[in-house]
Amino acid sequence: MRGAKSAKWVTGAIIVALAATACGGGKSEGGNDAKGKVDPNGIFSIEVGEPEKPLLTGDTMESNGSIVMAGLFSTLVDYKADGSLEMINAESVTTTDSKLWTVKLKKGWKFHDGTPVTAKSFVDAWNWNANVENAQGLASWYADIKGFEKVHPEAEGAKPTSKTLDGLKVLDENTFTIELAKPVPYFAHKLAYISFAPLPESFFKDPEAAGQKPVGNGPYKFKSWDHKKQIEIVRYDGYTGPNKAKNGGVVFKNYTTLEAAYEDLKSGNVDVLRQLAPKDLPVYRSDLGDRAVDQPYSAIQTVAVAFYADQWKKPKQVDPKVIQGLSMAIDRATITKTVLNGTREPATGWVAQGVLGYQPNAVEVTKFDPAKAKELIKAGGGVPNNKISIQYNADGGHKEWVEAVCNSITQATSVECVGDGKPDFQADLQARKNQQVKSLYRSGWVLDYPVNANFISDLFRTGAGGNQGGFSNKELDAKIAKADSAKTLEESVKEYQAIEKDLVNYMPSIPLWYYKVNAGYSEKVSGVAYGQDGDPILTGVEVKK
Amino acid sequence: MGRYVARRLLQMIPVFFGTTLLIFLMVYSLPGDPVAGLFGDKGASPSTIEAIRHKLGLDQPLWKQYWDYMTGIILHFDFGTQIRNDRPVTEVLGDAFPVTLQLATLAFAFELIFGIGLGIIAGLRAGRLADNAILIFTLLIISIPVFVLGFLIKMVFAFNLGWIEPNVSNDQLWSEMIAPAVVLGGLSLAYVARLTRTSMAENLRADYMRTAIAKGLPRRRVIGVHLMRNSMIPVVTFLGTDIGALMGGAIVTERIFNVKGVGGLIAESITRREGTTLVGLVTVLVIVYLVTSLLIDLLYAVLDPRIRYA
Repeated sequence: MRGAKSAKWVTGAIIVALAATACGGGKSEGGNDAKGKVDPNGIFSIEVGEPEKPLLTGDTMESNGSIVMAGLFSTLVDYKADGSLEMINAESVTTTDSKLWTVKLKKGWKFHDGTPVTAKSFVDAWNWNANVENAQGLASWYADIKGFEKVHPEAEGAKPTSKTLDGLKVLDENTFTIELAKPVPYFAHKLAYISFAPLPESFFKDPEAAGQKPVGNGPYKFKSWDHKKQIEIVRYDGYTGPNKAKNGGVVFKNYTTLEAAYEDLKSGNVDVLRQLAPKDLPVYRSDLGDRAVDQPYSAIQTVAVAFYADQWKKPKQVDPKVIQGLSMAIDRATITKTVLNGTREPATGWVAQGVLGYQPNAVEVTKFDPAKAKELIKAGGGVPNNKISIQYNADGGHKEWVEAVCNSITQATSVECVGDGKPDFQADLQARKNQQVKSLYRSGWVLDYPVNANFISDLFRTGAGGNQGGFSNKELDAKIAKADSAKTLEESVKEYQAIEKDLVNYMPSIPLWYYKVNAGYSEKVSGVAYGQDGDPILTGVEVKK
Repeated sequence: MGRYVARRLLQMIPVFFGTTLLIFLMVYSLPGDPVAGLFGDKGASPSTIEAIRHKLGLDQPLWKQYWDYMTGIILHFDFGTQIRNDRPVTEVLGDAFPVTLQLATLAFAFELIFGIGLGIIAGLRAGRLADNAILIFTLLIISIPVFVLGFLIKMVFAFNLGWIEPNVSNDQLWSEMIAPAVVLGGLSLAYVARLTRTSMAENLRADYMRTAIAKGLPRRRVIGVHLMRNSMIPVVTFLGTDIGALMGGAIVTERIFNVKGVGGLIAESITRREGTTLVGLVTVLVIVYLVTSLLIDLLYAVLDPRIRYA
């Protein structure tokens, strides 16, 4: 038969190929394009997943969407690495009492469709986003502003009684005022968040279309969105802000796995990564050399306590000493180094690095000290039933460290500890929402704005959005209220620093470790830096010719 | 024949409703609220969540949701909207299916040509060296897990030899699809080869073969027409059901090679409790299965005229 010969050959080839892999070593990463000249119009690509929602300023909260939005929109202010503010679209943001804020805009700013950016662009955008009928996920960001509860009643199914926030007033084309319900010293820092970006007239005519094809005022303008494949943005040449793009544009590429993205980085098909898969962590430094990135950003992993659970509530409220003891029984240094491959840094407090008011070694309870741990648990009356569990979502790669933490606790204190895995994040969240967490649960927080209040007030205040463990303490609430009403930002930060030190007496959660960016970039780009939120800063990237 | 086809088509209707209802109930019974999941650790106010649920019709009772969904599909070809992204499900499916179809076609062609080819060689030389080599080779393929095979192929051809790109790019070129298609079709190839081999080896000893040879027919005709036609029936049955499997079951292969097709979409829709997307996907897959199995049944008559339909 004629076909037989070629078929035989193919079989042979496959068998040879299979055999070859047995001794296949890694090829050294050669190649250099050391021309090094920068192409100001060069376009680079980043690994980014498909955004979870349409690209709306009021609804983009997860990282895949927000990195795109950061390129398309400029807010009034931005913050530098030390947490201090930089004016972007605002000429100035001033206040005398932390309650009434006056914003002056820089003149001559335009949206990408050519219409001017005015005070009204901001006020209208915020009013629209805050309105409960528009169901924007970031609506709670306007809660500080006077009249929020009229536009966005909290209760399920409630109808708004007003369409505009009372606290927002347009004074003239380039000036508006924001009146808050009560003083918030760090309000200007919040303004850096994407929900406070302005929106052009065209948005309100068809918000749905705008979510697919956003028109912003940022350093890049939107080009195309090929769903689940890629998003393209290109430099906006009319941009007058301080953070003008040093490249011609960005392509956000979708990958099915982080492993695939890393392979593409090595073969030059993608330029910047945001994170690596666990499989590649041990080798990426030797693969990439000085293009390997390893730096902390402002996020923290904690184990939170479900205070509503019977274990901590009955017969009496748990003594914080018990939780202090559990905290001291965790060998953070070893776990971050081994189980987590050095991708985390042991936490020494509740406030992450890179935010205003971060204090190194804020508390003692994050030190590993088995003897002291035992002592504290005993002094606090012991762990009820001598057994705890840590709930986590099994789809997020948390199983390994949860087990390590449990082992550490059991070995140090002989308190029985098991992981309570939920199949995925959805199920995990539902158990938290329905207050079904039995003992402890995994929790985490990435900064919203670079002030320590974000890591305290938004997590531990009674009824705060991030407070899912039912922690409530009147004393602490009063202290937070006092820190919030401080005259100046500095005072408020100081008071929050004191609160952080004081948190050991309540132990609303056990701080574990700070997150780090473990990523890398290709030889085609330089100037790749990562911000406090862990995302690469798009505008600073330079593309080589 | 006409009546048979009509009856089979009518049978598809209850299967269609049954499967969609089952999937609908399954997704509904999974723990986890897709809307709350949108907000992650930071949560959202109850009024916002309620407003989104209302917009998507998730606050309706289950039977009403199913009813609205089915009438949407049947009357307007509207599969609903995704909870995330706000995209119409038809658009999502329209993105994923062509990619998977491309991959499945290549994989199918691969398993058809090489599977039957190898099977014929082995079948005609049953018991001899070539046969044994092919049996060992297919055994090897069957026993290697898909992800191992995928990584092996990537390592050899992409990293060591540099012949191919390690991943499928966003353009989905045919040339990039070859590697994943080989992996995807590999397992079925082994089955096809083994089925063909056994069936041919058996039929070689059949009476009609002896008759055909005794009549002095040329060898090509004896094998090509008399032997092949009879031996293909079990193979065609397998190939038919395999089309459906290739369309829906490529989750692992698609992940390894960065193919944005149906497999990944199914996995994602389950973890995100995207009931509408999932039911839409399964509906299309069910139709693919039903249509191919009908075609296969009709093909039997071509292969063996003794088969009659009632």
